[in-house]
Amino acid sequence: MMHRRHFLIYAALWFAGTTSLTRASIIRDRMPWAPYPSSAPRFERPGPWQFFTADEASAIEAIADRIIPPDPQTPGGKDAGCAVFIDRQLKGPYGSRAGLYNLGPHVKGTKEQGAQSAQTPAELYRKGLANLDRHCATSFDGKKFTQLSADQQDDVLKKIEAGEIKFHGVDAQGFFDALLKDVPEGFFSDPIHGGNHNMVGWSMIGFPGIRYDYRDWVHRHNERYPYPPVSIAGRADWIPHPT
Amino acid sequence: MRKVRVIAALIAVGASAGPGHGAGPQDFTSIEHGRYLANAADCGSCHTVPGSDHPFSGGRPIETPFGTLVSPNITPDRETGIGDWSDDEFDAAVRHGRRRDGARLYPAMPFPYYTRMSRQDVTDIRAYLDTIEPARNAVRVKRLPFPFNVRAAMTAWDALYFKPGEYRSDVSKSAEWNRGAYLVQGPGHCGACHTPKTWLGGDKASDSLRGYTLQGWVAPDITSGQGALGSWSTDDVASYLRTGHNRNAAAAGLMAEVVDLSTSKMTDDDVKAIAIYLKEVSGPAAEAAASSDKNVLAAGKAVYQDLCSSCHTPDGKGVPNLFPNLSEAATVSAKDPATVLRVILQGAQSVATDREPTGPAMPAFGWQLNDAQIAALATFVRMDFGHKAQAVSESEVHKTRSALAVRTN
Amino acid sequence: MARKLPAKDVVIVGLGWTGSIMAYELADAGLDVVAIERGPWRNTATDYPPNYAADELRYRIRHELFLRPEQTTFTFRNKMAQTALPIRSWGAFMPPNGVGGGGVHWNAETWRFLPSDFVLRSHLIERYGAGFLPDDMTIQDWGVTYDELEPHYDRFEYLCGTSGQAGNLKGQIVEGGNPFEGPRSRPYPNPPQDQPFGHTLFAKAARELGYKPFPQPSGNMSRAYQNPLGVRLGPCTYCGFCEWFGCGNYAKATPQTTILPALLRKPNFSARDNSEVTRINVDASGKRATGVTFVDTDGNEWEQPADLVILSAYTIFNVQLLLLSQIGKPYDPDANSGVIGRNFTHQTISDVTSFFDPEKFIFNPFIASGAIGTCIDEFNGDNFDHGPHGFVGGGYMGQVQTNGRPIETTPVPPGTPRWGAQWKKAVKENYQSALKPGTGVHGSMYSYRDVYMDLDPTYKDRFGRPLARITMDFHDNEIKQNAFLTDKFAAIFQAMGARQVVKEYRKAPYDVTKYQTTHLCGGAIMGSDPNTSALNRYLQIWDVPNLFVMGASAFPQNAGYNPTGTLAALAYWSADAIRTKYLKSPGHLIDA
Repeated sequence: MMHRRHFLIYAALWFAGTTSLTRASIIRDRMPWAPYPSSAPRFERPGPWQFFTADEASAIEAIADRIIPPDPQTPGGKDAGCAVFIDRQLKGPYGSRAGLYNLGPHVKGTKEQGAQSAQTPAELYRKGLANLDRHCATSFDGKKFTQLSADQQDDVLKKIEAGEIKFHGVDAQGFFDALLKDVPEGFFSDPIHGGNHNMVGWSMIGFPGIRYDYRDWVHRHNERYPYPPVSIAGRADWIPHPT
Repeated sequence: MRKVRVIAALIAVGASAGPGHGAGPQDFTSIEHGRYLANAADCGSCHTVPGSDHPFSGGRPIETPFGTLVSPNITPDRETGIGDWSDDEFDAAVRHGRRRDGARLYPAMPFPYYTRMSRQDVTDIRAYLDTIEPARNAVRVKRLPFPFNVRAAMTAWDALYFKPGEYRSDVSKSAEWNRGAYLVQGPGHCGACHTPKTWLGGDKASDSLRGYTLQGWVAPDITSGQGALGSWSTDDVASYLRTGHNRNAAAAGLMAEVVDLSTSKMTDDDVKAIAIYLKEVSGPAAEAAASSDKNVLAAGKAVYQDLCSSCHTPDGKGVPNLFPNLSEAATVSAKDPATVLRVILQGAQSVATDREPTGPAMPAFGWQLNDAQIAALATFVRMDFGHKAQAVSESEVHKTRSALAVRTN
Repeated sequence: MARKLPAKDVVIVGLGWTGSIMAYELADAGLDVVAIERGPWRNTATDYPPNYAADELRYRIRHELFLRPEQTTFTFRNKMAQTALPIRSWGAFMPPNGVGGGGVHWNAETWRFLPSDFVLRSHLIERYGAGFLPDDMTIQDWGVTYDELEPHYDRFEYLCGTSGQAGNLKGQIVEGGNPFEGPRSRPYPNPPQDQPFGHTLFAKAARELGYKPFPQPSGNMSRAYQNPLGVRLGPCTYCGFCEWFGCGNYAKATPQTTILPALLRKPNFSARDNSEVTRINVDASGKRATGVTFVDTDGNEWEQPADLVILSAYTIFNVQLLLLSQIGKPYDPDANSGVIGRNFTHQTISDVTSFFDPEKFIFNPFIASGAIGTCIDEFNGDNFDHGPHGFVGGGYMGQVQTNGRPIETTPVPPGTPRWGAQWKKAVKENYQSALKPGTGVHGSMYSYRDVYMDLDPTYKDRFGRPLARITMDFHDNEIKQNAFLTDKFAAIFQAMGARQVVKEYRKAPYDVTKYQTTHLCGGAIMGSDPNTSALNRYLQIWDVPNLFVMGASAFPQNAGYNPTGTLAALAYWSADAIRTKYLKSPGHLIDA
């Protein structure tokens, strides 16, 4: 059911993003309603990479672990599934700039006018990762980014951030900005999107997820909220284990 | 408002009036009385395709245990409707289940109830139907399925399940009670859905109003005493019928249609009379279920707290007239969990009425929860909020899910 | 070639708050009304139910409920000499889409403007002299007064079930409310919402500094409510997913939860969704609207004739449709003539982020509602003497934090690296003990000669129509105002015991990528002079008496409050004029 609905939504081209009815209709007499949700979310499952090649995926996993390194209490970006998240996002509407204004002319303006590039995030990542490995190969004896030590990786990323490394055909700093946005989004968004595996990002800070009712706690000032986080996909306690 | 009172007074008279002559198109009193009774009898529900611009023109598929029938056109169109029927022919159909050619009507047409109306009632309904715009809509009514296609079987059916005759007042009871009894047993035909059926599709008279399941919805036990409505007040029942909502429950599914087309259009006095009568129809306590698996209940509780409590509140009490109170809504603890599972799986919209226009809807959870989780949730809701109803199994959820997937209504 | 539909009495363009109010009022008056909405139908249980409404990525980051820029957008530049470029992805404001409009995903902060806001120009000149105002500031009086609007504010608040504490009941100042507000005829329909820890700390510190803090008026219900139309709302559960999101449990006042259920029961009302109005049609004289033309999802063009046309789209779209339909004289900033597009404004927002000792403070920032908040109004409008400060305007300020959603609200102290182990540690340490109100200083933006809207010469929408062009920058007056207010605001957090208070002043140039609020105002303003306003005091177009234009596009300048209460009050005011005056004698309600 859900898949068919999704297909229809995507098929509707520039109505892609709208929820509910995607066709013009006349509404009268009563509040329209039909069984089943009009816009249930898609669950991204673990499994083969959908956008990245195996090499690209390894690089993104390594980068995710530098942006959010593992520590004794909380996994890093890689084990949190940030690369899976970005993979699914790049395969989806975000990767192709679906729904954004894409008509030309594309002219570079001021910072205050916002990004004007026609480049999609999918292209940005593809070219950015290729450039990254090219840079590493030149600077580190033919090694790939994934073959560098953590310190070397940090060093490369800092230089990209500072604008000290230039890429070809893609803005290196723009690529890094996208990573700084997308990796934490993978760490903190609902696990249904492929990241935040086991809600590790939420557990780290004490965010309870999609719980929708805090009437019992709004008065309890300066007391830590005691209940574990919940994802749209649920939590362990939802699974019945009949005795 | 004044007009409504006048009509109510006329109905009281009409119910006991003797046979009269056919009403002419100018007979305001008769037509208004007929309109009111046609609403009370909910004729429009079966005889109109939902959303159609042609009320009473038939063509709506009616699901029965013996197959799907199609309702006929009862507009005054002379060729495809009932325009050239005589009042006698109309009366025979409504009160005696006889077609024009003398053949039987399948009791999806609730003539075993309508027979409690008077000849005058039925003549007035006819007078009203004569004022409807004739719609040309030839409905091919299917041949009756077995056993209704066998004349001898029908004689036996009649003997078992059809007791013709007008409603007779019980002088030991109040006028209100009698009015309620007339509406419930007669035009309102409540038992047609709420009374359990035999394998022949007849009412189990001894279990009157103790609940039945049809078209994937539970028509719950509506008896009082220890029955499901035991803790509802007369006002609760009346408000539910008049507005579709009260502090306990909200009408959805088939009952939403009944409220929309019928009971919300009744007078306050009439819904109160129904409530007074129903509150005196006593029923037995539900059998207490064996205690359920603790781990299943714990999972059900976790799902409930995370997904349901923001509307129904952590203790299940909900918000009056908006989110049902799960310990008092009769469909929750009904023996058959069909409605609970259906609204969890696919969601439901409650009825909107003039007095309660909100018509809040319940979201669907079937896309999110698997069969085991829904079974746990349903079990928790049915057992934990006071009624100790039977646990729901994973396979029951699976069956319901599959059935709903192909259901078109 | 457009196919012609049967004529209606009224056609309404856009079914958000003002469209819904107008549709109800005019259908209630017996008129045959159709509303045409560009976006889809959407409602609680099927589109944003509690079991998936709280999806920060989908709704907050990917903008699910908003208009897609691909559908249409605007071009933007700071200065008239620049070339405007298209806004390719939303930033500073979030144009709504769909039935319910912005009412679906607003925070539900339900304010009234100050009495002096409606007579701003004459009030300021009387108090400070004409020379006190910058030369290029084009502020005006509204042509309507607070007292005239009061009954209409009241109707909207009772429609919504606004939760709040009155501060001025018929002239009597009431303890605990906003003492600066205009007199209200009766209390709010519901008591204020419960306030979380950070909000109560703010109230205590503000009181100690001599201010009079009060709970923000909120369209999130403090208890279950049935409004005068019989429609019910449930109690808010403080889920922390309000603005940018739909409310999953009927607890936020939206057209869907207050007015549409009653409106749709009226047999003389219908709506078309997924249908975009492309033009308002006028007859050969140009003085009478004959209806609208719209396009459905199949690309079919339809003409809907009507006797009365109500334009109730989002600010910019109202103005754009007037320009595209060549109704009213376009504003020319060089000649300082014309009216359509002039006095375009936004808001001057800034924020303060405060870091408290994690050992001592647990704020549970995720426990919040959209309009929860504790505010002070000492520095709004003309509630204080501007003489010594050299600017005009102001805003409310408060701990109005609406969420602890982790993608958006994981503040770290300045100096923390943007990534890596230190960043991760800082996020973890500060999540529970930082306060980030978001729109803590909610300042006014007054109008200027060189801040306006017109049609872009280059960029087009998918139908080939010119995009609307925004020319907007902050002027010194607003920058000074913001610096003054932000400092006052930060001092309160300092007094609350924060160990670090970070001020984020609003600075020029205006940046279209940084979210402020969606409160774009002006462009088709009301007033009493047809040479400087597009609409008369009843929101009737001066030139075309059977065309009324709703919404914040009518505001001559923006005050230091959220606009919804005022634009809804104006819609009721206009509807009342149509019902009691216009329908009796259709024509000019005011002689130009």
